[in-house]
Amino acid sequence: MQAQHEETALIQVRNMKKYYQAKKGLNKLKGGNTYVKAVDGVSFDLRKGETYALVGESGCGKSTTGRTLLRLHDATEGEAIYNGKDLFKLSNKEMNKVRKDMQMVFQDPYSSLNPRKRIGNILEEPLNIHNIGNKSERTDIVMEVMSKVGLQVDHYYRYPHEFSGGQRQRIGLARALVVDPKVIICDEPVSALDVSIQSQVINLLQNLQRDLGLTYLFISHDISVVRHISDRIGVMYLGNLVEEGYTDDVIENPKHPYTKALLSSVPLPDPNVQRERVMLQGDIPSPLNPPSGCVFHTRCPFAMDVCKTTVPQSLNLAGNHTVRCHLHDEEIATDEKKVVNA
Amino acid sequence: MTTELLNVEQLRTHFYTEKGTVTAVDDVSFTIHEGEIVGLVGESGCGKSVTSQSIMRLYDEYMVEYEGKIEFNGDNLLNYPIKKMQKIRGDAISMIFQDPLSSLNPVFTIGKQIAEPLMLHHKKSKKEAYERAVELLALTGIPSPEKRVHEYPHQLSGGMRQRAMIAVTLACEPKLLIADEPTTALDVTIQAQILNLMRDLNKKLQMGIIFITHDLGVVAELCDRVMVMYLGQIVEEADVKTLFEQPLHPYTRGLIKSIPQMTGERKSELSVIKGNVPSLTNKPKGCRFSTRCEFADEKCIEEMPPLKTHSDTKKVRCWHYEEIIAREEGGHVHASST
Repeated sequence: MQAQHEETALIQVRNMKKYYQAKKGLNKLKGGNTYVKAVDGVSFDLRKGETYALVGESGCGKSTTGRTLLRLHDATEGEAIYNGKDLFKLSNKEMNKVRKDMQMVFQDPYSSLNPRKRIGNILEEPLNIHNIGNKSERTDIVMEVMSKVGLQVDHYYRYPHEFSGGQRQRIGLARALVVDPKVIICDEPVSALDVSIQSQVINLLQNLQRDLGLTYLFISHDISVVRHISDRIGVMYLGNLVEEGYTDDVIENPKHPYTKALLSSVPLPDPNVQRERVMLQGDIPSPLNPPSGCVFHTRCPFAMDVCKTTVPQSLNLAGNHTVRCHLHDEEIATDEKKVVNA
Repeated sequence: MTTELLNVEQLRTHFYTEKGTVTAVDDVSFTIHEGEIVGLVGESGCGKSVTSQSIMRLYDEYMVEYEGKIEFNGDNLLNYPIKKMQKIRGDAISMIFQDPLSSLNPVFTIGKQIAEPLMLHHKKSKKEAYERAVELLALTGIPSPEKRVHEYPHQLSGGMRQRAMIAVTLACEPKLLIADEPTTALDVTIQAQILNLMRDLNKKLQMGIIFITHDLGVVAELCDRVMVMYLGQIVEEADVKTLFEQPLHPYTRGLIKSIPQMTGERKSELSVIKGNVPSLTNKPKGCRFSTRCEFADEKCIEEMPPLKTHSDTKKVRCWHYEEIIAREEGGHVHASST
């Protein structure tokens, strides 16, 4: 059932950084500005027709990455090449045109729909903005999309409060689909839903991808959902992409100690499984003052001296599997082993 | 595991609302034993939180009416006057809430909040209470507790706050701990830490725990016994292994089947439970699950099934569960996963 997709990159993200300036007042006293490094040099390709998942815990920068890509926030540095153009350098007008191809589905289906508008108006708004069709054509498009996501015709005149969470998420998805986009950035689209509804929306996302040839950037903290839906996974920690690879490789053969810990922390719905758990000590450090060297070294059970000082580079392992960890750098790792043995 | 700690019998909780009386918990009966961790699972609005808050009688009594019995130490808590109930809360029964930031008081230090129940219930002096607070913080795994005891909730991270919250609830060594989604707001790596802590504390202190969650993974990891709720009723009760190996109720079966797995086939069509949970003001007449159950027939729509005892450890509320299982599995033995 593996989706067939070409290995050509639709969007190439290179060294994307997003820093937020911390509150100014106190920084004057401390001297100089401080920044929250929400995303700190992330590079990945979004391939045509695939589902690329960004996973990580809260505060790791996965949502910021998605939003920055759509320029809901402006990037501090880096580039994102789409159709030969750098999205971060486009004027607002040009960017608005690109947004026809790139749409977003948000996490909270309660706050992302305007409570004072009817569903029909909510769904027609993107068409108005992008000047697509005349009034009756717009209604036709909306009706068609509504049936695609499993809404009924009479829902057109209803208000958001009349719908349950799962149906609202269908509306959010329909709003993204009306302009016939190529890429949809799904920011935790099923996290707010109950288990029995979650599977309905996951199935819908998969069917739409198959029928319409969509590309998803799927942002989620739920590893079992990500495992189910994605082709490739990027694992983020404190603004850095620490591991990337095909879903099966990352899940079955994780390389980075953080990925290992994350995977072993997922509670499995099977009481017979006894797992060896990589327990992490402590909490995620503040992105205001991230640790030197490898950002994970403060919690890493295998941290070496080199991790405290040197930032690990992205290492290519077999099968398009990349990892940012000194443990997989043969030179450093063997040096360390010598030290340990001596 | 033998001494009965809490016995809830035919509990009904009615709320008076503008739209009339809403029965959020409808005929719920169960027993909790000493040292046992019992999971209460269900989706939002199924009444799992209302059940737990009814045990503590946390609702304003002018807007709610309880029916049935909640026996704790042989007394019916529902007959207690308010003053007597206050002596139970935070002492013999205490509760952890989902969001540690909003359930800790932001204007008092952590130490003050742990010391308060000790000074109130156990008449400890301020000094003794603070010493105990430091011990409790250490017990819940907070580093440098003698420093943390003087800090305010906003100075702690999410995981630390939940540890502090647990320290508050453990202060008086409760016999029964009610944990209402204590790890839902936390990240998985922190969740794993907190679940480990709760398991250790349960062994050390031999208290009974009611663990409320919507996450079946957490249930499988932590609980000894599970009760599944749907629309205000318990639809299935079993020990944790049999619940996952041989679920009986169509709702439980659907729920377990619909979660994406960490092994096996990916990208496949997930099985779904069709439709939505009906609202509490518009409950189906017969079986509560009949509107979403693919096996529902006339009888299910008309008559409410009782919670039937299937075996010593298993109870189920369904008219046809035996036929359904036989039909779905074609008689072959249910493969236990490795």
